[in-house]
Amino acid sequence: MRAGPLAIDGLVRRLSFVARSTAISEIDTPRESTAEAPPAVELRGITKRFPGVVANHDIDLTVRRGTVHAIVGENGAGKSTLMKTLYGMHRPEEGTISIDGEAVVLHSPGDAIARGVGMVHQHFQLADNLTVLENVVLGDEPTRRGWLDFGSARRKIREISDAYGLDVDTDALVEELGVGDRQRVEILKVLYRGARTLILDEPTAVLVPQEVDELFGALRGLKEQGMAIIFISHKLDEVLKVADEITVIRRGTTVASVLPGEVTARQLAELMVGSELPSPETRESTVTDRALLTVEGLNLTHADGRPLLSDISFTIHAGEVLGIAGVEGNGQAELVETLLGMRQASSGSVVLGSEEITAWSTRRRRENGVAYIPEDRTRHGLLLDAPLWENRMLGHQTQPPNSRGPLLDPRGAKKDTQRIVDAYDVRTPSIDVLASALSGGNQQKLIVGREMSADPVVLLAAHPTRGVDVGAQAAIWDLIRDARSQGLAVLLVSADLDELIGLSDSLKVMLRGSFVADMDPAAVTPEDLGTAMTGLGGAAA
Amino acid sequence: MNRRFSPRAVALALAAPVLAVVFTMIITSIVLIASGKDPLQTFQVLVGEASKPRIQVQILNAATTYYLSAIAVAIGFRMNLFNIGVDGQYRLAAILAAAAGGAVALPAPLHVAFIIAVAMLVGACWAGIAAILKVTRGVSEVISTIMLNFIATGLIAYLLTPGRLAESIEGSNNISTKPIPESGWMPGIPLIPDAKGEVFGFIVIAGVVGVAYWFLLGRTRFGFDLRATGRSEPAAIASGVNVKKMIVVTMLLSGAVAGLVGMPQLLGSSHAYSLDFPAGLGFTGIAIALLGRNNPIGIAFGALLWAFLDSSATRLDFEGIPQEIVAIMQGVLVLSVVIAYELVRRYRVRQVAHDVGRQLGSTEPVSGQGAVA
Repeated sequence: MRAGPLAIDGLVRRLSFVARSTAISEIDTPRESTAEAPPAVELRGITKRFPGVVANHDIDLTVRRGTVHAIVGENGAGKSTLMKTLYGMHRPEEGTISIDGEAVVLHSPGDAIARGVGMVHQHFQLADNLTVLENVVLGDEPTRRGWLDFGSARRKIREISDAYGLDVDTDALVEELGVGDRQRVEILKVLYRGARTLILDEPTAVLVPQEVDELFGALRGLKEQGMAIIFISHKLDEVLKVADEITVIRRGTTVASVLPGEVTARQLAELMVGSELPSPETRESTVTDRALLTVEGLNLTHADGRPLLSDISFTIHAGEVLGIAGVEGNGQAELVETLLGMRQASSGSVVLGSEEITAWSTRRRRENGVAYIPEDRTRHGLLLDAPLWENRMLGHQTQPPNSRGPLLDPRGAKKDTQRIVDAYDVRTPSIDVLASALSGGNQQKLIVGREMSADPVVLLAAHPTRGVDVGAQAAIWDLIRDARSQGLAVLLVSADLDELIGLSDSLKVMLRGSFVADMDPAAVTPEDLGTAMTGLGGAAA
Repeated sequence: MNRRFSPRAVALALAAPVLAVVFTMIITSIVLIASGKDPLQTFQVLVGEASKPRIQVQILNAATTYYLSAIAVAIGFRMNLFNIGVDGQYRLAAILAAAAGGAVALPAPLHVAFIIAVAMLVGACWAGIAAILKVTRGVSEVISTIMLNFIATGLIAYLLTPGRLAESIEGSNNISTKPIPESGWMPGIPLIPDAKGEVFGFIVIAGVVGVAYWFLLGRTRFGFDLRATGRSEPAAIASGVNVKKMIVVTMLLSGAVAGLVGMPQLLGSSHAYSLDFPAGLGFTGIAIALLGRNNPIGIAFGALLWAFLDSSATRLDFEGIPQEIVAIMQGVLVLSVVIAYELVRRYRVRQVAHDVGRQLGSTEPVSGQGAVA
């Protein structure tokens, strides 16, 4: 027995405490104090379903005028779905939306704009070959007697940019502007259409630190003019710096509302990542001394010369789970893709068992027992428009029971798909339905079943329980434990700290493409892990 | 338990084509009425014309050519690869195959096989240029194949001059390649009784190509890789497909089949490539591949329908109805097929999601109640 279960219980208790104390006391106080002015945006009980999945449920959100309200959550937690609801890009099945105290039904972004809600998308939507002025008025061009009236548009844009301190040359071509300026143009565009509530989707993702400071300055200006700003992000230090209130979304629902002065980045991270019962603890160690996957000095360089992976070395033995912790975007995805042969390492070696596979193609690696649970299953793991039994072939189309020589064996594949569906509890009416019809958890169980059916030696699992329901999560944890006890070498990349600590036999922390720390999962606390992951707590720890 | 043959599934499968044809007839009728013509009479003339044996032969012969062209396009379509260059590929293949066929003397079956082989090789090479450009330099195959069409036109004009591959024809302004001797002809088939002409013997090869297409895509690993790449390139890469290699092989295959497009005409009737060799069949193939939804049987129906409209149209002028109405019909047909299939597809996806939901009870929430109880 290990110390795992105790640590997990402690974490759960602490999270419940944080959630309860903040959710109940701290949301309510600010709302009371401004009872006279209706909130800019109020969402109550919003539920949005997509075929087979609930993307949002019971979302409650109150955004007051004159504040920056941050919405934080993991990728896939449901932030974008929620913002699309508020921007009228789709309609929720349940719940109410009120804007400035008035209940509304939004049929399109046009409706949202008419109500004064504007959105600045993460990926800029500007025409490079037009000027700033032309971009701002595009789609809403002022005319006088049927002719374009750029004069009055220019005056109006000047007024707006002076009022909010958004300084841009209206006659510059957008293609000549830097990223920060482009973002200001996007904001101008929204303000020009009369927005009083701004949604900013991951606005700092593309900015360098100085530009971030400028953006925050601009946001302060907007806020003072009585704007309401919804700021979506998962960069916690920035959120704490700019937000007046913070709402945390996890697994499709709002789990807490907190004030930035009263939480630390670490507490916020814990709320975001959360803890789900049952816990993913692993029983006794099955680690052997037989190395199955040995990586030595692996480097990967981006096409523009940027290093993506630097000097990665590790060994995974039979029966061992190696967990990789890290804030997303620090090279975990690249590492998995390099190990699978989807990217070519610039130097270093990968050894599978006793064979050097560095130069092998993806297919050869998979035929020799490298199984893969992709991070983005709908992109890398499934053909959504194909029936389940064709998805059973995917990645294993060269092996029985899916093919014999160069010919496919649909009958064998169908029979085996039925076996997987039964054995791995994939809930589906038939193996002829399209993969897109299944819920995320059932899609994932099909993928795990498929990968485990090909006699794998090494399992590369990236965020195996992301976006799946609790039941499927527990089932997938069981399957990974089974894989481990069958003597597989498992590489587990996850953003779920409980999952990492509970399932791993050893832990490495990844930051900016290299390993920065080794942890013992039996002894590590989520705090230590969080500190090492973000790198921001380095001084504090 | 086989859900694919339930009454609803059959109705859904038929819904799209029926919807498209009905919609096309409505639009065509509106156009006819607006220009003061009788729609009913128009449809009667078209159908009446198609009952003549002579026209039936014409329809089958045109459909054979269209079928090959559409299959060539469809091979690429299944991989999201747009081979717009079938037109240039088949014309270049036809002139070079005609010249090669006219230059050699071989026993009959070998001679025909030789001409076909040359045509497929030329078609594949011409398409291969676009494939190489795409995998090495990232050039969109749409752009490069369109440009290669123009280059092919210029190249053919250059080659089809006396002293190069062509010779003048007695008593006419036309010029053509040296006629292929009779050992290189493909005999026709008297398929339609009472008809004067015979159906191109190449119709058999077109049928074989259709079966091979179905088998290759539906029953082989290669076909699975190809379809997987078309459905989702990232998923295909993760499954071990070498996408660059697939692009080259698929383009070569598409080009080889494109090389066959001119063969019914060359081996069955003209026996030489002349200035009046049919052009533009590659573009018809794109329309028919869309019409047939890249399905070998669907394409056969599409090719027959298209050939029927083309062959019966000339009669309309005699009845005082402009035959250009047929071009409108064909255009509307392609658009409405695309739209009708998309509508039916969306309906079906929703239905399946519903079924799955119903079968499994209500949709489960994404999360349990989490830490906030």
